[in-house]
Amino acid sequence: MSMRLLRLFGSREATAPVARERLQILLSHERGLLGQSDLLVTLREEILAVVSKHIQLDPDKVMVKLDRGKSVSTLEVDIEVPNNFDKKTTERRMAG
Amino acid sequence: MAKVLVVTSGKGGVGKTTSTAALGAALAQGGQSVAVVDFDVGLRNLDLVMGAERRVVFDLINVVQGVAKLPQALIRDKRLENLWLLPASQTRDKDALTDEGVGRVIDELRSRFDWILCDSPAGIERGATLAMRFADEAIIVTNPEVSSVRDSDRIIGMLDSKTVRAERGERVEKHILITRYDAGRAARGEMLNIDDILEILATPLLGIIPESQDVLKASNVGTPVTLNNAESAPARAYTDASRRLMGEQVAMVVPVERKGFMDRLLGRRAA
Repeated sequence: MSMRLLRLFGSREATAPVARERLQILLSHERGLLGQSDLLVTLREEILAVVSKHIQLDPDKVMVKLDRGKSVSTLEVDIEVPNNFDKKTTERRMAG
Repeated sequence: MAKVLVVTSGKGGVGKTTSTAALGAALAQGGQSVAVVDFDVGLRNLDLVMGAERRVVFDLINVVQGVAKLPQALIRDKRLENLWLLPASQTRDKDALTDEGVGRVIDELRSRFDWILCDSPAGIERGATLAMRFADEAIIVTNPEVSSVRDSDRIIGMLDSKTVRAERGERVEKHILITRYDAGRAARGEMLNIDDILEILATPLLGIIPESQDVLKASNVGTPVTLNNAESAPARAYTDASRRLMGEQVAMVVPVERKGFMDRLLGRRAA
Protein backbone atom coordinates (compact mmCIF):
# COMPACT_ATOMS: atom_id res chain seq x y z
CA MET A 1 0.00 0.00 0.00
CA SER A 2 2.69 2.43 0.99
CA MET A 3 4.56 1.56 -2.20
CA ARG A 4 1.44 2.27 -4.22
CA LEU A 5 0.93 5.56 -2.46
CA LEU A 6 4.52 6.49 -3.08
CA ARG A 7 4.12 5.64 -6.74
CA LEU A 8 0.97 7.76 -6.89
CA PHE A 9 2.88 10.73 -5.68
CA GLY A 10 5.60 10.17 -8.17
CA SER A 11 8.34 9.11 -5.77
CA ARG A 12 10.71 6.58 -7.22
CA GLU A 13 11.21 3.32 -5.43
CA ALA A 14 14.84 2.90 -4.61
CA THR A 15 16.19 -0.31 -6.09
CA ALA A 16 19.82 0.33 -5.13
CA PRO A 17 19.43 -1.05 -1.56
CA VAL A 18 18.15 -4.32 -3.05
CA ALA A 19 21.17 -4.42 -5.37
CA ARG A 20 23.49 -3.77 -2.44
CA GLU A 21 22.07 -6.56 -0.33
CA ARG A 22 22.07 -9.06 -3.22
CA LEU A 23 25.71 -8.29 -3.94
CA GLN A 24 26.73 -8.55 -0.29
CA ILE A 25 25.23 -12.03 0.02
CA LEU A 26 26.65 -13.20 -3.30
CA LEU A 27 30.13 -11.83 -2.78
CA SER A 28 30.44 -13.15 0.77
CA HIS A 29 29.90 -16.63 -0.68
CA GLU A 30 32.14 -16.13 -3.70
CA ARG A 31 35.04 -14.66 -1.72
CA GLY A 32 34.88 -17.68 0.58
CA LEU A 33 35.17 -19.84 -2.52
CA LEU A 34 38.51 -18.41 -3.49
CA GLY A 35 40.18 -18.93 -0.11
CA GLN A 36 38.73 -22.22 1.04
CA SER A 37 36.50 -24.90 -0.35
CA ASP A 38 32.80 -24.14 -0.51
CA LEU A 39 31.15 -25.90 2.45
CA LEU A 40 27.87 -26.42 0.63
CA VAL A 41 29.60 -27.99 -2.38
CA THR A 42 31.61 -30.26 -0.07
CA LEU A 43 28.46 -31.27 1.80
CA ARG A 44 26.65 -32.01 -1.45
CA GLU A 45 29.48 -34.21 -2.74
CA GLU A 46 29.95 -36.10 0.53
CA ILE A 47 26.23 -36.69 1.04
CA LEU A 48 25.98 -38.13 -2.45
CA ALA A 49 29.10 -40.26 -1.90
CA VAL A 50 27.65 -41.75 1.30
CA VAL A 51 24.32 -42.49 -0.33
CA SER A 52 25.93 -44.06 -3.37
CA LYS A 53 27.84 -46.49 -1.12
CA HIS A 54 24.52 -48.07 -0.28
CA ILE A 55 22.43 -47.70 -3.37
CA GLN A 56 23.06 -47.33 -7.07
CA LEU A 57 22.39 -43.62 -7.66
CA ASP A 58 20.48 -42.79 -10.81
CA PRO A 59 21.69 -39.27 -11.64
CA ASP A 60 18.26 -38.48 -13.11
CA LYS A 61 16.63 -39.22 -9.75
CA VAL A 62 18.81 -36.87 -7.74
CA MET A 63 17.84 -33.22 -7.47
CA VAL A 64 19.95 -30.76 -5.54
CA LYS A 65 18.58 -27.34 -4.68
CA LEU A 66 20.51 -24.57 -3.07
CA ASP A 67 19.50 -21.21 -1.67
CA ARG A 68 22.28 -19.04 -0.33
CA GLY A 69 21.02 -16.60 2.28
CA LYS A 70 22.57 -13.85 4.34
CA SER A 71 22.81 -15.73 7.63
CA VAL A 72 21.40 -19.15 6.67
CA SER A 73 21.69 -21.18 3.47
CA THR A 74 19.72 -24.26 2.59
CA LEU A 75 20.93 -27.33 0.75
CA GLU A 76 18.12 -29.60 -0.33
CA VAL A 77 19.11 -33.02 -1.64
CA ASP A 78 16.21 -34.98 -3.05
CA ILE A 79 17.06 -38.59 -3.86
CA GLU A 80 14.53 -41.00 -5.21
CA VAL A 81 15.21 -44.40 -3.62
CA PRO A 82 13.54 -47.44 -5.19
CA ASN A 83 11.55 -49.48 -2.65
CA ASN A 84 13.33 -52.74 -3.40
CA PHE A 85 16.82 -51.37 -2.81
CA ASP A 86 17.19 -53.34 0.43
CA LYS A 87 16.71 -56.59 -1.44
CA LYS A 88 19.36 -55.70 -4.01
CA THR A 89 22.02 -54.81 -1.46
CA THR A 90 21.26 -57.97 0.51
CA GLU A 91 21.56 -60.06 -2.64
CA ARG A 92 24.83 -58.40 -3.51
CA ARG A 93 26.15 -59.04 -0.01
CA MET A 94 25.17 -62.67 -0.19
CA ALA A 95 26.73 -63.07 -3.58
CA GLY A 96 29.93 -61.42 -2.42
CA MET B 1 11.81 -26.90 -34.27
CA ALA B 2 14.15 -25.54 -31.62
CA LYS B 3 16.17 -22.47 -32.47
CA VAL B 4 19.59 -21.66 -31.10
CA LEU B 5 20.29 -17.96 -30.89
CA VAL B 6 23.56 -16.36 -29.89
CA VAL B 7 23.49 -12.89 -28.34
CA THR B 8 26.86 -11.39 -29.18
CA SER B 9 28.62 -8.09 -29.84
CA GLY B 10 32.40 -8.21 -29.69
CA LYS B 11 32.47 -5.15 -27.49
CA GLY B 12 31.76 -5.45 -23.78
CA GLY B 13 29.17 -3.51 -21.83
CA VAL B 14 26.75 -2.96 -24.70
CA GLY B 15 23.91 -4.97 -23.15
CA LYS B 16 24.30 -8.63 -24.17
CA THR B 17 23.34 -10.05 -20.78
CA THR B 18 20.50 -7.56 -20.25
CA SER B 19 19.21 -8.38 -23.73
CA THR B 20 19.53 -12.16 -23.26
CA ALA B 21 17.52 -11.98 -20.03
CA ALA B 22 14.91 -9.58 -21.44
CA LEU B 23 14.40 -11.46 -24.73
CA GLY B 24 14.40 -14.84 -22.97
CA ALA B 25 11.72 -13.63 -20.56
CA ALA B 26 9.72 -11.97 -23.37
CA LEU B 27 9.73 -15.19 -25.43
CA ALA B 28 8.67 -17.16 -22.33
CA GLN B 29 5.92 -14.60 -21.64
CA GLY B 30 4.80 -15.27 -25.22
CA GLY B 31 4.28 -18.93 -24.32
CA GLN B 32 7.55 -20.37 -25.66
CA SER B 33 9.81 -22.64 -23.65
CA VAL B 34 13.17 -20.96 -23.29
CA ALA B 35 16.63 -21.77 -21.94
CA VAL B 36 19.14 -18.97 -21.49
CA VAL B 37 22.74 -20.19 -21.36
CA ASP B 38 25.62 -18.18 -19.93
CA PHE B 39 28.88 -18.73 -21.84
CA ASP B 40 30.89 -16.17 -19.91
CA VAL B 41 33.04 -18.65 -17.98
CA GLY B 42 34.78 -17.04 -15.01
CA LEU B 43 32.73 -13.84 -15.25
CA ARG B 44 29.17 -15.08 -15.19
CA ASN B 45 26.44 -12.51 -14.68
CA LEU B 46 23.32 -13.81 -16.35
CA ASP B 47 22.41 -15.52 -13.05
CA LEU B 48 22.60 -12.15 -11.28
CA VAL B 49 20.54 -10.29 -13.88
CA MET B 50 17.93 -13.10 -13.76
CA GLY B 51 17.90 -13.07 -9.93
CA ALA B 52 19.00 -16.72 -9.62
CA GLU B 53 22.50 -16.15 -8.25
CA ARG B 54 21.75 -17.75 -4.89
CA ARG B 55 20.41 -20.93 -6.45
CA VAL B 56 23.32 -21.99 -8.67
CA VAL B 57 24.37 -25.56 -7.91
CA PHE B 58 25.85 -26.88 -11.15
CA ASP B 59 26.96 -25.13 -14.30
CA LEU B 60 27.64 -25.57 -18.01
CA ILE B 61 31.12 -27.02 -17.45
CA ASN B 62 29.74 -29.59 -14.97
CA VAL B 63 27.28 -30.72 -17.65
CA VAL B 64 29.90 -30.77 -20.41
CA GLN B 65 32.19 -32.87 -18.21
CA GLY B 66 29.40 -35.21 -17.12
CA VAL B 67 29.60 -34.26 -13.43
CA ALA B 68 25.95 -33.25 -13.55
CA LYS B 69 23.05 -34.06 -15.85
CA LEU B 70 21.43 -31.21 -17.73
CA PRO B 71 18.14 -31.27 -15.71
CA GLN B 72 20.15 -30.94 -12.50
CA ALA B 73 21.98 -27.88 -13.71
CA LEU B 74 19.01 -26.04 -15.21
CA ILE B 75 17.49 -23.48 -12.84
CA ARG B 76 13.82 -22.73 -13.30
CA ASP B 77 12.81 -19.09 -13.16
CA LYS B 78 10.73 -18.26 -10.09
CA ARG B 79 8.33 -16.07 -12.05
CA LEU B 80 7.97 -17.85 -15.40
CA GLU B 81 7.69 -21.62 -15.35
CA ASN B 82 8.80 -22.07 -18.97
CA LEU B 83 12.01 -20.03 -18.54
CA TRP B 84 15.22 -21.81 -17.48
CA LEU B 85 18.80 -20.77 -16.89
CA LEU B 86 21.99 -22.76 -17.45
CA PRO B 87 24.69 -20.81 -15.58
CA ALA B 88 28.36 -20.50 -16.49
CA SER B 89 31.07 -21.67 -14.15
CA GLN B 90 32.54 -18.97 -11.96
CA THR B 91 35.68 -20.77 -10.92
CA ARG B 92 36.82 -23.18 -13.59
CA ASP B 93 38.94 -22.56 -16.60
CA LYS B 94 37.15 -21.91 -19.86
CA ASP B 95 39.43 -24.44 -21.58
CA ALA B 96 37.29 -27.09 -19.89
CA LEU B 97 34.72 -26.40 -22.61
CA THR B 98 35.23 -28.41 -25.78
CA ASP B 99 33.46 -28.05 -29.12
CA GLU B 100 32.08 -31.59 -28.89
CA GLY B 101 30.99 -31.20 -25.27
CA VAL B 102 29.15 -27.94 -25.91
CA GLY B 103 27.64 -29.46 -29.06
CA ARG B 104 26.21 -32.35 -27.03
CA VAL B 105 24.69 -29.99 -24.45
CA ILE B 106 23.18 -27.80 -27.18
CA ASP B 107 21.67 -30.89 -28.85
CA GLU B 108 20.09 -31.94 -25.58
CA LEU B 109 18.76 -28.42 -25.02
CA ARG B 110 17.28 -28.49 -28.52
CA SER B 111 15.23 -31.55 -27.60
CA ARG B 112 13.78 -29.81 -24.54
CA PHE B 113 13.17 -26.18 -25.51
CA ASP B 114 11.75 -24.01 -28.29
CA TRP B 115 14.48 -21.40 -27.89
CA ILE B 116 18.04 -21.59 -26.63
CA LEU B 117 19.61 -18.16 -26.07
CA CYS B 118 23.39 -18.21 -25.70
CA ASP B 119 24.79 -15.18 -23.88
CA SER B 120 28.26 -14.67 -25.36
CA PRO B 121 31.22 -13.23 -23.48
CA ALA B 122 32.77 -10.07 -24.92
CA GLY B 123 35.79 -10.39 -27.17
CA ILE B 124 36.58 -12.70 -30.04
CA GLU B 125 38.34 -15.45 -28.11
CA ARG B 126 37.33 -19.02 -27.46
CA GLY B 127 34.34 -18.25 -25.21
CA ALA B 128 32.79 -16.03 -27.85
CA THR B 129 33.44 -18.47 -30.70
CA LEU B 130 31.98 -21.36 -28.67
CA ALA B 131 28.86 -19.34 -27.86
CA MET B 132 28.20 -18.74 -31.57
CA ARG B 133 29.46 -22.13 -32.80
CA PHE B 134 26.08 -23.96 -32.91
CA ALA B 135 23.81 -20.96 -33.51
CA ASP B 136 21.03 -20.90 -36.10
CA GLU B 137 20.51 -17.18 -35.65
CA ALA B 138 22.51 -14.35 -34.14
CA ILE B 139 21.55 -11.14 -32.40
CA ILE B 140 24.33 -8.59 -32.63
CA VAL B 141 23.89 -6.07 -29.84
CA THR B 142 25.18 -2.69 -30.97
CA ASN B 143 25.35 0.73 -29.31
CA PRO B 144 25.13 3.82 -31.52
CA GLU B 145 28.80 4.44 -31.03
CA VAL B 146 31.76 3.97 -33.40
CA SER B 147 33.71 1.34 -31.47
CA SER B 148 30.63 -0.81 -30.95
CA VAL B 149 29.70 -0.68 -34.65
CA ARG B 150 33.22 -1.62 -35.65
CA ASP B 151 33.27 -4.60 -33.27
CA SER B 152 29.83 -5.69 -34.51
CA ASP B 153 31.22 -5.75 -38.04
CA ARG B 154 34.05 -7.98 -36.88
CA ILE B 155 31.61 -10.36 -35.17
CA ILE B 156 29.43 -10.52 -38.29
CA GLY B 157 32.51 -11.70 -40.19
CA MET B 158 33.07 -14.45 -37.61
CA LEU B 159 29.42 -15.55 -37.75
CA ASP B 160 29.88 -15.99 -41.50
CA SER B 161 33.01 -18.11 -41.13
CA LYS B 162 33.40 -19.79 -37.73
CA THR B 163 29.99 -21.31 -37.09
CA VAL B 164 28.92 -24.88 -37.89
CA ARG B 165 26.32 -23.49 -40.27
CA ALA B 166 28.90 -21.39 -42.11
CA GLU B 167 31.21 -24.38 -42.44
CA ARG B 168 28.36 -26.39 -43.95
CA GLY B 169 27.74 -23.62 -46.49
CA GLU B 170 24.52 -22.56 -44.77
CA ARG B 171 23.91 -19.15 -43.32
CA VAL B 172 23.34 -17.94 -39.80
CA GLU B 173 20.44 -15.50 -39.85
CA LYS B 174 21.68 -12.25 -38.34
CA HIS B 175 19.81 -9.43 -36.62
CA ILE B 176 21.03 -6.12 -35.25
CA LEU B 177 19.64 -5.03 -31.89
CA ILE B 178 20.45 -1.42 -31.15
CA THR B 179 20.58 -0.67 -27.44
CA ARG B 180 21.02 2.52 -25.38
CA TYR B 181 19.50 4.56 -28.17
CA ASP B 182 18.65 8.18 -27.50
CA ALA B 183 16.33 9.48 -30.22
CA GLY B 184 16.83 13.09 -29.14
CA ARG B 185 20.60 12.94 -29.42
CA ALA B 186 20.39 11.11 -32.75
CA ALA B 187 18.04 13.82 -34.06
CA ARG B 188 20.47 16.51 -32.94
CA GLY B 189 23.24 14.70 -34.80
CA GLU B 190 25.10 13.82 -31.60
CA MET B 191 24.61 10.09 -32.01
CA LEU B 192 24.85 7.74 -34.96
CA ASN B 193 21.34 7.21 -36.24
CA ILE B 194 19.68 3.89 -37.07
CA ASP B 195 20.04 4.21 -40.84
CA ASP B 196 23.75 4.93 -40.55
CA ILE B 197 24.32 1.82 -38.45
CA LEU B 198 22.24 -0.47 -40.64
CA GLU B 199 23.87 0.83 -43.81
CA ILE B 200 27.36 0.23 -42.41
CA LEU B 201 26.58 -3.25 -41.07
CA ALA B 202 24.28 -4.27 -43.97
CA THR B 203 22.25 -6.43 -41.59
CA PRO B 204 18.51 -6.24 -40.82
CA LEU B 205 17.23 -4.63 -37.64
CA LEU B 206 15.52 -6.63 -34.90
CA GLY B 207 14.73 -3.77 -32.56
CA ILE B 208 15.72 -0.48 -31.00
CA ILE B 209 16.02 -0.36 -27.22
CA PRO B 210 15.94 3.17 -25.86
CA GLU B 211 18.38 4.32 -23.20
CA SER B 212 16.41 4.06 -19.99
CA GLN B 213 16.74 4.08 -16.22
CA ASP B 214 14.46 1.05 -16.10
CA VAL B 215 17.30 -1.20 -17.29
CA LEU B 216 19.43 -0.48 -14.21
CA LYS B 217 16.42 -0.71 -11.90
CA ALA B 218 15.62 -4.17 -13.25
CA SER B 219 19.16 -5.47 -12.86
CA ASN B 220 19.34 -4.05 -9.33
CA VAL B 221 16.49 -6.32 -8.29
CA GLY B 222 17.47 -9.26 -10.49
CA THR B 223 14.46 -9.24 -12.77
CA PRO B 224 14.52 -9.20 -16.60
CA VAL B 225 13.36 -5.75 -17.69
CA THR B 226 10.28 -7.15 -19.49
CA LEU B 227 9.11 -8.69 -16.21
CA ASN B 228 10.10 -5.87 -13.89
CA ASN B 229 8.05 -3.18 -15.57
CA ALA B 230 6.29 -4.43 -18.69
CA GLU B 231 5.01 -0.94 -19.51
CA SER B 232 8.45 0.67 -19.54
CA ALA B 233 9.92 1.78 -22.87
CA PRO B 234 12.75 -0.80 -22.95
CA ALA B 235 10.34 -3.60 -21.94
CA ARG B 236 8.01 -2.74 -24.81
CA ALA B 237 10.96 -2.58 -27.21
CA TYR B 238 12.24 -6.02 -26.10
CA THR B 239 8.74 -7.50 -26.30
CA ASP B 240 8.37 -6.18 -29.86
CA ALA B 241 11.78 -7.67 -30.75
CA SER B 242 10.74 -11.05 -29.31
CA ARG B 243 7.58 -11.03 -31.43
CA ARG B 244 9.69 -10.34 -34.53
CA LEU B 245 11.85 -13.33 -33.59
CA MET B 246 8.68 -15.43 -33.52
CA GLY B 247 7.93 -14.29 -37.05
CA GLU B 248 5.32 -11.60 -36.37
CA GLN B 249 5.28 -8.37 -38.32
CA VAL B 250 5.62 -5.58 -35.79
CA ALA B 251 6.05 -1.95 -36.86
CA MET B 252 9.49 -0.61 -35.93
CA VAL B 253 9.05 2.26 -33.50
CA VAL B 254 11.27 3.51 -30.72
CA PRO B 255 9.10 3.32 -27.60
CA VAL B 256 9.27 6.42 -25.45
CA GLU B 257 8.77 6.75 -21.72
CA ARG B 258 5.16 7.37 -20.79
CA LYS B 259 5.12 10.32 -18.45
CA GLY B 260 2.92 9.95 -15.43
CA PHE B 261 0.47 12.61 -14.31
CA MET B 262 2.76 13.82 -11.53
CA ASP B 263 5.76 13.85 -13.87
CA ARG B 264 3.89 16.10 -16.26
CA LEU B 265 2.57 18.28 -13.46
CA LEU B 266 6.05 18.78 -12.08
CA GLY B 267 7.57 19.10 -15.51
CA ARG B 268 9.94 16.19 -14.97
CA ARG B 269 11.89 14.99 -17.91
CA ALA B 270 11.48 11.42 -18.96
CA ALA B 271 14.51 9.21 -18.47
